[in-house]
Amino acid sequence: MTVSQFAVLHGYDIQTMPDGEAEVSSGYAGDLLSWVMGRAQAGQVWITIMSNINIVAVASLTGVSCVLLAEGVKAGADVVEAATARGVNILSSEKTAYELAAEISRDDPGLRT
Amino acid sequence: MSEAITFRFDVDGTDFTSAGQASVQVKKNLRQLGISPEVIRRVSIAMYEGEINMVIHAGGGEAEVTVTESSIKIVLADHGPGIADVALAMQEGYSTAPANVRSLGFGAGMGLPNMKRYTDEMKVESEVGKGTTVTMIVNIPRGT
Repeated sequence: MTVSQFAVLHGYDIQTMPDGEAEVSSGYAGDLLSWVMGRAQAGQVWITIMSNINIVAVASLTGVSCVLLAEGVKAGADVVEAATARGVNILSSEKTAYELAAEISRDDPGLRT
Repeated sequence: MSEAITFRFDVDGTDFTSAGQASVQVKKNLRQLGISPEVIRRVSIAMYEGEINMVIHAGGGEAEVTVTESSIKIVLADHGPGIADVALAMQEGYSTAPANVRSLGFGAGMGLPNMKRYTDEMKVESEVGKGTTVTMIVNIPRGT
């Protein structure tokens, strides 16, 4: 499934989607950037409540398919701009990280790890 | 590629929000050189962690990345306060990062351990009051 399909399927808000054709594999949830850096795998959906500019570098370097901001957190205009320039997709939702992970796992058996 | 190719970067220690620029640039350069994605991933993660450390603790520094046929060497040098106990700093979860840095999602005590995890060789040379030089090597597997 592509990020574009994934976002539409779940009705997530699209903050920026410069690479909607990126393939979604599974998911990873975490807010400590170094921890995410060391453990998130390329292609995963990264669920987080962290929305500062550094998430763009972490997403770009780990190669996650998109950042999914939980709990109504929104990325600021500077973050959206940097993400768009670097090909990093950012989605957002009002749901908690737990609810998002459960929802993704329930609706997309292929994304369970 | 028969000769070594070297990239040099100044890491700006004053702007935390721009940290990672050198790593992102290296990632692009390595991709252009046809290095395998997994090797690029390891190099860029290790280098990003080092870059963040230089910004948090040392007011910036210099980064040098040398690419040969068999390996990629990353040298990160700063003139910061140095590390008093390198073995302690290498432990997962040990951190001296200030609260403002932690609030951004860093300072979890994972930087140096991640750098070691993602590289084949890592050497930390540090002198209190003078600075720290971290040398990391990622081997390029044959046939990739």
